[in-house]
Amino acid sequence: MTDQAIAARLFALIEPFNRKGLALSADTHFANDLELDSLTVMDLVANIEDEWDINMPLNMLPDLETVGQVADAVAKLKG
Amino acid sequence: MHDLLSKFDGFIAEHSGLLATGVRDPFGVVMERVLSPTRAIINGRDTMLVGTYNYMGMTFDPDVIAAGKQALEDYGAGSTGSRVLNGTFTPHLGVENALKEFYGTTSAIVFSTGYQANLGMVSTLAGKGDYIILDADSHASIYDGCKLSNAEVVRFRHNNVADLDKRLGRLPADAGKLVVLEGVYSMLGDIAPLQELVAVAKRHGAMVLVDEAHAMGFFGQHGRGVYEELGLEADVDFVVGTFSKSVGTVGGFAVSNHPKFEILRLLCNPYRFTASLPPAVAATAEASVRKLMVADEKRANLWAVSRALHGGLKAAGFQMATETPESAIIAVLLPDQISTVAMWHQLLEHGIYCNMSRPPATPAGIFLLRCSLSAAHTLDDVTEIVSRFVAARASLG
Ligand SMILES: Cc1ncc(COP(=O)(O)O)c(C=O)c1O
Repeated sequence: MTDQAIAARLFALIEPFNRKGLALSADTHFANDLELDSLTVMDLVANIEDEWDINMPLNMLPDLETVGQVADAVAKLKG
Repeated sequence: MHDLLSKFDGFIAEHSGLLATGVRDPFGVVMERVLSPTRAIINGRDTMLVGTYNYMGMTFDPDVIAAGKQALEDYGAGSTGSRVLNGTFTPHLGVENALKEFYGTTSAIVFSTGYQANLGMVSTLAGKGDYIILDADSHASIYDGCKLSNAEVVRFRHNNVADLDKRLGRLPADAGKLVVLEGVYSMLGDIAPLQELVAVAKRHGAMVLVDEAHAMGFFGQHGRGVYEELGLEADVDFVVGTFSKSVGTVGGFAVSNHPKFEILRLLCNPYRFTASLPPAVAATAEASVRKLMVADEKRANLWAVSRALHGGLKAAGFQMATETPESAIIAVLLPDQISTVAMWHQLLEHGIYCNMSRPPATPAGIFLLRCSLSAAHTLDDVTEIVSRFVAARASLG
């Protein structure tokens, strides 16, 4: 994962949606591990957008399957 | 061979599990005969219809039916093609003229459904390099329009003005932007704070499209929608609507005063690469739209019965999705899928048809019994509906 600070804040945002209490890592998969449905993902995305003051376009989401991929995307959007 | 349908196994199991509890299929209701805008025979039983979008009760209007019959005789059963390629029929122009009068706009484009109207408008207006900013609770046709477009798609939290403001503020100032809103949100029946949302959109230089599917005929002085009621006619660039609800037939449309609007007909795939409405349907729609221009009594009655239903269900202890009756959609909240389907089933056994709605049609975690009335319902009907809700609940123990 690119940026430890981003990862730490991202983990904190994901924690409320981590119903199974998994140990989060860069490889944690949103659909397979966290079993987030598409509507829950939307809520999480809105929280991530606010945390970093970015827009995360919906067209980007299909490529973001793991926590590490989201962290990378945040870093890129933050510029 | 990899079976492409195997990815739906979980869904198939869930659906059969639901039916195994002994309930009727909430997604497979058959209207065996339709007696009127408010009654049909379902499972052999005379059932009160409390879950259609026949808001203005126009489906059996004698003038509407006569116009359709005449056009069926005059023009035949189908349009057999696209208007761009295979030709326009006079009734298509008739209904577009009626829409221009109804909305007071210079242009109206009719699509084959409201779904296609949103699909076509959203995907064609916003292209590569543009931004679409949509409410999180937008109808599937708006989301699908976003998928079909090459624009960047940004979502804001439902009806949240500050959230829209923030997201618009993060976009390049000079980029093309389309903000997509709905007057009435069809799941909970809540209306949008359009004044504030539209003001924010305009401040950031965005164009605004409002889908008024669930407001036509009974919001605003001319029945144009929530945007008219809130005095926003000068600020909304495009209005999308449907014939499948208040108009009582099928079809969709977009109206606008934009001087270049008509060119969309030649560019919009969901308009040009599909068959136009059958002329008879266009003729019924025209007759109905013209009657909706002067339907003051129907409109007053629709509001009266909708308010009475909301008040009656609330007084009977049901938890309502909106504190007050904001639209003609009166939704009851239930805790989960099992209890919602059980109550829905009991209502049908008590001769009440309403809609069972669940995610993803509804927001996450929300299960609803959605009621929608028609101008053809009476206050006595409402009393009967409430008492059957109470009886259905009692029979669940
Ligand atoms: C908000 C909204 N827009 C568009 C549509 C699509 O309309 P139609 O039934 O004409 O395809 C619907 C209807 O389901 C709707 O609720």
